[in-house]
Amino acid sequence: MKILVGLKRVVDYTVRVQVKPDGSGVATDGVKMSINPFDEIALEEALRLREAGKAEEVIVVSIGPQQAMQQLDSGLAMGANRGILVKTDQPIQPLTAARVLLKLVEKEQPGLVLLGKQAIDDDCNQTPQMLAALWGRPQATFASKIALDGEVATVTREVDAGLETLSVDLPAVVSTDLRLNTPRFIKLPDIMKAKSKPREVLELASLGVESGDHLRYTGYEPPAKRSKGVMVADVPALIEALKAKGLL
Amino acid sequence: MSKILIIAEHAAGKLNPSTAKCVSCARAIDGASIDILVLADDPTAVAQAAAAIDGVSRVLTVADAGFAQPTAAAFAPTVVAQAAGYSHVFGPSTTFGKDLMPRVAALLGVSQVSDIMAVDGAHRYKRPIYAGNAIASVEAPSDQTVVATVRTASFQAAGNGGSAAIESAGGAAEIPGHTRFVGLESGSSDRPDLQTAARVVSGGRALGSAENFQIIYDLADTMKAGVGASRAAVDAGYAPNDMQVGQTGKIIAPDLYMAFGISGAIQHLTGIKDAGTIVAINKDPEAPIFEVADIGLVADLFNVVPELQAALKG
Ligand SMILES: Cc1cc2nc3c(=O)[nH]c(=O)nc-3n(C[C@H](O)[C@H](O)[C@H](O)COP(=O)(O)OP(=O)(O)OC[C@H]3O[C@@H](n4cnc5c(N)ncnc54)[C@H](O)[C@@H]3O)c2cc1C
Ligand SMILES: Nc1ncnc2c1ncn2[C@@H]1O[C@H](COP(=O)(O)O)[C@@H](O)[C@H]1O
Repeated sequence: MKILVGLKRVVDYTVRVQVKPDGSGVATDGVKMSINPFDEIALEEALRLREAGKAEEVIVVSIGPQQAMQQLDSGLAMGANRGILVKTDQPIQPLTAARVLLKLVEKEQPGLVLLGKQAIDDDCNQTPQMLAALWGRPQATFASKIALDGEVATVTREVDAGLETLSVDLPAVVSTDLRLNTPRFIKLPDIMKAKSKPREVLELASLGVESGDHLRYTGYEPPAKRSKGVMVADVPALIEALKAKGLL
Repeated sequence: MSKILIIAEHAAGKLNPSTAKCVSCARAIDGASIDILVLADDPTAVAQAAAAIDGVSRVLTVADAGFAQPTAAAFAPTVVAQAAGYSHVFGPSTTFGKDLMPRVAALLGVSQVSDIMAVDGAHRYKRPIYAGNAIASVEAPSDQTVVATVRTASFQAAGNGGSAAIESAGGAAEIPGHTRFVGLESGSSDRPDLQTAARVVSGGRALGSAENFQIIYDLADTMKAGVGASRAAVDAGYAPNDMQVGQTGKIIAPDLYMAFGISGAIQHLTGIKDAGTIVAINKDPEAPIFEVADIGLVADLFNVVPELQAALKG
């Protein structure tokens, strides 16, 4: 079985992004870029499934600019077998990403597609569900545990009410939550070894995918600031302050 | 004119308050007519609760044994069939809505607007990106159905004085057999629900163990508050996952949020931005949580919590 894993190139989670003064976007020049943290977890899970003999091949895919090859390089160094870069210089929206992934799914015929539950730049939380819909296959979102048994995956999901378990037929799309695993660190020799792994580059335009970029982002603003609060010295003062606000 | 269909979230015959918050969002669109769709094995009680929400014209029900559990694979085809004739389809940005709505959007061949926090027009919205570090204005095409999730912390629940008509909307679309519900493990408690509680007491990594976390539960009980936790506390097993507050946990807006031993990482703060009053107790005066706290106290939580407990029980 093949596992397809999406690796989106995003602003690193430690960067506090700033809206540009003219409101035309967020400043991303020169900031650190990384694999979306949820996608790193997806890749780790795929590698563990391969190591457990449940899959033969792990393919990492990124849709993005040429620089997204850096994230594929990291994915290959972590242990993926090969990488596919679908090149586009324009940022794309989830429906387009899902349509692109569907093209690759049709070509590669994976038994499992592992994606992050959300990209931490657009915070959309849509692509896996959309891919599953377009593919006509099951989705198990926000996974904190995945068990594969033959043609069936049993997935524990982090939902508002607690932990839900679904059983889905493969092939299926699973999106990862934070507690699924802790991704491994890349060691130097792994980077060297990964240099010879296959990397395919496809132009997005060559895939014949209809754009799903229907939303127009017309402006950006910083979030409303909370006004500066007060510091209190001790518990009695805290209780006093809460009472003054009518909260106790 | 906008015709808006809201997908009801419910469990065990109870309507989730997120539905009334979606109604408030829909009412922010001028002249909208608002219907609620209830998919359930037995929709009766939920439909009655939905019909009482202010501003709702009709409640449509589809009853099917396959809707006993709210899986996206089961719900989406029927939502798509019922969406015909509507300009907008809204769901809450809870795990239920986040799971379902993109599946609906893709089947309709349209984009989705995630996490509407403000309405600027029938097709213009504001939504948070980058963990709430930026607010984007988005415009959806007016010649397509708008599929969207509503950031529930941004809207007050609509009132309960309505009396909408309840109508059966026919049968379910085909429910695929490829997805089966196995079970739900729920840390059920008598405490106020984290997402709707007026007060929330929350603990972080500093608690150090599940046993120590008990002092947070005890204080919450004294204060009749819900309980929250940081990701670090959940990852370490001090608190269950459904208590996580933040970008990837719950986004909440209580009147009072008290953070004990939580540093205030951006991913945590994005979950409490809309809280009325934030209180932070941290022994590090430099902790970033103090930048957003309305009331801060630099102290050891293991002294503060018992002292508060004693004073409030008093
Ligand atoms: C993609 C992504 C998503 C994330 N999503 C979330 C999310 O949804 N929610 C979330 O919370 N985090 C999330 N995180 C994690 C986040 O970045 C932080 O790591 C986490 O919030 C830290 O939790 P904490 O404040 O409990 O722990 P720490 O950062 O370790 O802070 C502990 C604090 O306790 C204080 N302290 C220690 N002892 C005491 C004492 N005795 N008395 C008083 N104070 C004390 C310390 O001074 C410190 O400030 C996410 C991270 C990533 C990468
Ligand atoms: N451009 C992309 N390249 C690779 N994977 C992507 C891309 N966009 C989205 N994905 C996958 O879809 C997940 C959810 O993204 P989103 O719907 O944008 O929040 C991400 O965590 C990725 O796994």
